[in-house]
Amino acid sequence: MSAELLIEATNLVKHFPIKKGLLIDREVDQVRAVDDVSLTIGRGETLGLVGESGSGKSTLCRTVLQLLAPTSGSVRFEGEEIAGLSRRQMRPFRRQMQMIFQDPYASLNPRKRVGQIVGDPLKLQGVASGGELRTQVQELLERVGLSAEHYNRFPHEFSGGQRQRIGIARAIALKPKLIVADEPVSALDVSIQAQIINLLDDLQDELGLTYLFVAHDIGVVRHISDRIAVMHNGKIVETGSADQVCEQPADAYTKQLLASVPIPDPRESRARRQRTAAG
Amino acid sequence: MNAQPLLSVRDLRVGFTTEAGRLQAVDGVSFELAAGEVLAIVGESGSGKSVTAQTILGLTRSPNATIEGSVALRGAELLDADEAELRKVRGAEIAMIFQDPMTSLNPVQRVGAQLVEAIRAHNSGASKDAARQQAIELLDAVGIADAERRVDDYPHEFSGGMRQRAMIAMGLTLEPEVLIADEPTTALDVTIQAQILRLLEDLNRERNLATILITHDLGVVAEMADRVLVMYAGRVVEAGTLDEIFYDPQHPYTWGLLGSLSRLDRPRPRRLPQISGAPPSLLAPPSGCAFHPRCPHEFSKCSSLPGLEARLEDAPAHADRCWLTPAQKRELREVEGRIGLEAPTP
Repeated sequence: MSAELLIEATNLVKHFPIKKGLLIDREVDQVRAVDDVSLTIGRGETLGLVGESGSGKSTLCRTVLQLLAPTSGSVRFEGEEIAGLSRRQMRPFRRQMQMIFQDPYASLNPRKRVGQIVGDPLKLQGVASGGELRTQVQELLERVGLSAEHYNRFPHEFSGGQRQRIGIARAIALKPKLIVADEPVSALDVSIQAQIINLLDDLQDELGLTYLFVAHDIGVVRHISDRIAVMHNGKIVETGSADQVCEQPADAYTKQLLASVPIPDPRESRARRQRTAAG
Repeated sequence: MNAQPLLSVRDLRVGFTTEAGRLQAVDGVSFELAAGEVLAIVGESGSGKSVTAQTILGLTRSPNATIEGSVALRGAELLDADEAELRKVRGAEIAMIFQDPMTSLNPVQRVGAQLVEAIRAHNSGASKDAARQQAIELLDAVGIADAERRVDDYPHEFSGGMRQRAMIAMGLTLEPEVLIADEPTTALDVTIQAQILRLLEDLNRERNLATILITHDLGVVAEMADRVLVMYAGRVVEAGTLDEIFYDPQHPYTWGLLGSLSRLDRPRPRRLPQISGAPPSLLAPPSGCAFHPRCPHEFSKCSSLPGLEARLEDAPAHADRCWLTPAQKRELREVEGRIGLEAPTP
């Protein structure tokens, strides 16, 4: 089993100190953003992470990627411990794990051309340079549904959906094994969300990607995920197959979360309200 | 229909001159709102839904804006009203709540003080103590626990849901007849969203408060609305009752919106049906039907603009802007056993 696992996080803890005092910082308390979380992600699998704001989803993602050093606990990537590694030691792992961000307006440098944004990871990791780099970037742009001519454009010339495609091209440039997508569609228009979800689906099939997919929209998470983990107050309260968690939730908080999702069907929605009123 | 609707919007057009050129944000929007009714305006960014709502309250007036048409509240024209007259309408007759309660509340003033200010601005006779008492009652009415104590909190001491409740309380201060809620739950978590929707629904029922609900979320629409307008690129492309829009949608854009939802109560499709392309730029909108470049069912007629007309014999209030015949629509909108928009072949 462990050979199949890409990510194995065990007893992961991330506390942020709350400090008080002017000259001498006294630690008065801690925010337990991630509080003893264990999770595994199999190779080629999509693990969906749902939870409300402040539940610790994003901190968990950043801790798994070692963008934040965990307070304690272990993160294994293909069986190798990466928690506590130095920046230099992390370098070979970095290209294996990439991130897609929520806000396509804030996550692309407005002064850089698209070619540079997508090409920089390739250049920095010494994968390609010069004409070869340009060809690879143009292929990537076409792969995500943009065109090679977009190479010299700036981010402001693109719509939100197209910007998210640029962010995806950057994330897949180094052929990573793991992609952490933190709310990748929540800033996009409804008609564009499905396009991006389908693109992520296709890329997974093509490139054998493993996803850690974070979103607060449970419908979207259920669509894309194999398994779902529900997070609440820094802990994972329930894990299971996507259909199982959505159809037969075991945890009280998961039930409450699911019951709050509006049903886009007036008859179903009325029936549910009558049930709630009666029960 | 009543002889005189509470609010009547006729052929509203709002254009802006920008550095990049002139754009028509709202292009001929008409609707009526009866007392106690919930009207949802659905659309994506740039569809003109927020501009329509803001124009009702005169919030889009500016030197670069051209506003035409009519907005009448109980027959009285609001587009011609001067600022002093509008001030009497805002809050007292039509109140508005916004998406982001953090940026709509003053961060350096206590919540209670902001409510008191609103109360006394319109009723100078109210004493400070009476206004404060009324503020506490309002916070209590919108479900803020321990309102007596929380009235002296600053906005940052409130959670997101409480801030939105405080905004709603502020909107209710002067007992308006119309509440315009612009994406009132978009910034909130789902469990909080459910509570706020419940609150809006209660207010609608108990106070007979007519509500214009602006949202991109069809789930929210299904929970609350009586009637729905679907907007695209500044125009209404379909208008009907809640059930008409969900169960007998006539416009391909509506099909696309309904089809692309990831529904928790249905088996998941292998692929999400998607609408191809992106919403048009309002600086250079497509001629004819603005949706035709994205529509797989587009044909020769679509280069001219269809009127917003009732095309079904048995539903005179269900109107759409699409040249297809009702029979064609019934057939074309079925994609793999559900309503959707077939992706055009690339």
